[in-house]
Amino acid sequence: MSSGGNNNTKAAARVDAARRVAIFGGTHGNEMSGVTLVNLWVQNGAEIQRKGVEIKPFIANPKAVEKCVRYVDTDLNRAFTQENLSATGDDELPYEVQRAQEINRMFGPKGSAGAYDVIFDLHNTTSNMGCTLILESSKDAFNLQMMNYIKKAFAPASCLVLLNEHPLLKYSTSRSVAKHPVGLEVGPQPQGVLRSNIFEAMRVILKHALDFIELFNEGMEFPACTVEVFWVLERMDYPRDANGNIIAMVHPNLQDCDWEPLNPGDPMFQTFDGKSIHYQGSSTVYPTFINEAAYYEKQQAFVTTRRETLVASAVRKA
Amino acid sequence: MQLDEPVLLPRLCRVAVCGGTHGNELSGVYLVREMLKTETRREDGEPASVLMVLSNPRAMQQCRRYVDTDLNRCFTHATLNGPVSDGTPYEIMRSRELNAMLGPKGSRAAVDLVCDLHNTTANMGLCFIAYSDSDWICLHIFRYLQKQMPDTPMRFIHFDVSNKESYSLDSIGKHGFAMEIGPQPHGCVKSDIYTAMKEGVQHMLDWAGYFNSGCLFEGGLVDVFTMVKNVDYPRDGETRNIMATIHPRLQDRDFCLLHPGDPLFQTFSGETLTYNGNEPLYPFFINECAYYEKGIALSLARKKCVTIPSIRAQTEEEEEQASEQSFASEEEE
Repeated sequence: MSSGGNNNTKAAARVDAARRVAIFGGTHGNEMSGVTLVNLWVQNGAEIQRKGVEIKPFIANPKAVEKCVRYVDTDLNRAFTQENLSATGDDELPYEVQRAQEINRMFGPKGSAGAYDVIFDLHNTTSNMGCTLILESSKDAFNLQMMNYIKKAFAPASCLVLLNEHPLLKYSTSRSVAKHPVGLEVGPQPQGVLRSNIFEAMRVILKHALDFIELFNEGMEFPACTVEVFWVLERMDYPRDANGNIIAMVHPNLQDCDWEPLNPGDPMFQTFDGKSIHYQGSSTVYPTFINEAAYYEKQQAFVTTRRETLVASAVRKA
Repeated sequence: MQLDEPVLLPRLCRVAVCGGTHGNELSGVYLVREMLKTETRREDGEPASVLMVLSNPRAMQQCRRYVDTDLNRCFTHATLNGPVSDGTPYEIMRSRELNAMLGPKGSRAAVDLVCDLHNTTANMGLCFIAYSDSDWICLHIFRYLQKQMPDTPMRFIHFDVSNKESYSLDSIGKHGFAMEIGPQPHGCVKSDIYTAMKEGVQHMLDWAGYFNSGCLFEGGLVDVFTMVKNVDYPRDGETRNIMATIHPRLQDRDFCLLHPGDPLFQTFSGETLTYNGNEPLYPFFINECAYYEKGIALSLARKKCVTIPSIRAQTEEEEEQASEQSFASEEEE
């Protein structure tokens, strides 16, 4: 970051303008808001145009979109590992690994100077998460300032920030190819379904995000600010029997209570014959991704988070 | 026959509860699995046997609605009795297995009652879906559930399809209905939905037990929603992609009367498309995920009030007399 001047305020961090931006829909083929928005914008991109930046709408997993499934061979949003990106084998590789390599060529290479500046990755969830922005780094001032801008523009409606910087739980997303990856997760919406309120909310959030980029590219300085984030702590699986079968459901007191405090002793799961299982942690946590359908196979009933306030330094175009 | 004499009907000796007909409708999957684990027996009068069936194991294993084709459309007489080959879709082979297990459809050997468990993404509460609006067994069970579960929104839906054309699993039994509960995303189990299904099934089995033991069930009135037509999304002429969503003022308002001129869809450019039918109808299956591919955005029904008679199970003597009479009349023919 920058060094200080004469007064107490530091000079703004200089960040390169965002000249190449992509909007991914259909990273999961059955998450319909993003699929629908991207298809719309591919046909007519007027709504997403901004001065001084090229914005590319893109269907990340067309085969999965066509079949209206999450993925064909393997989850595209976990496929961008270094191992996968450098794997050889072409046609023998799982479809999504091939696709990850292609996306890495088009929008990356991941980690290089030539990668896209920003990728917005549009997702839906069956969880009652409302509008959520997902970050992968607590130190990306550009992204943090964007979050702050979007939250203020969207208010009084709520838009929360989830931060997954956990060394083990963090995963290799399609957006991670870009310098500034931003996930948009809006729910609750069943897989394969398009709900108008969810669709509109995602559209509005993206509008604010693109407005931020335009303002930033024009040279506006964004003063230092704080951003409240929910920082991923751990993944909680369903209780299972010896054969790995789920033996309990998310408790009715927890169902739909994303972002609300879960205190030690609070009910967490309910067995199929009606018994409650309680949270055994030592402190209050904030659960989210509660009862996401796609996570049953990933051994996840919900994730716990802690609330933290991050400080974002002032930023300005370099 | 005097008006206040009950209708006598054969006992329900064999009842089947089926889950996982669609492999990603998880309340029924988990409930039947649970019931298979803990088969409990109750007192006198219970059905002689309750069969628990997981209808589509392969689809369940992949957590998909179906593997090759929708199992719940494979139970027409034509499909059940048509030719098979190596290329026959999995679900058609499975429908024949289920027909052998629970049927054959239309024969005396068929189970007395089939209850097929389903979930929907639509905000429908608990619904019975049946082919008849005069099957007193199904209507009485529905009425009994309404009384036992007064806090659960409950409707009886009638699809006016002849026995010849009936296509779903519940049509195998002498009596049958689908128990459809929503809203629940596919691939998910929500505890309130699961609990409602569990209670519904338990009350149904209780009712069958009381019925078999000779209880008289008083007649009364039941509201029945008869399906009139389906409405598809507006679609692009070339790509067939949908061009609008269910309007926010209609979303989740299953069974709220829709009047001509009411909003129906909202295009992606924000325009409202209205319902232009000439009579007010009741919408249901609003925005059911699985129906996008079937060209259904919502279904529309008329409501009517059906008078159901009192009923009682035939005693063994009455059953014998009844079958002798029908045998005699068959001989006469």
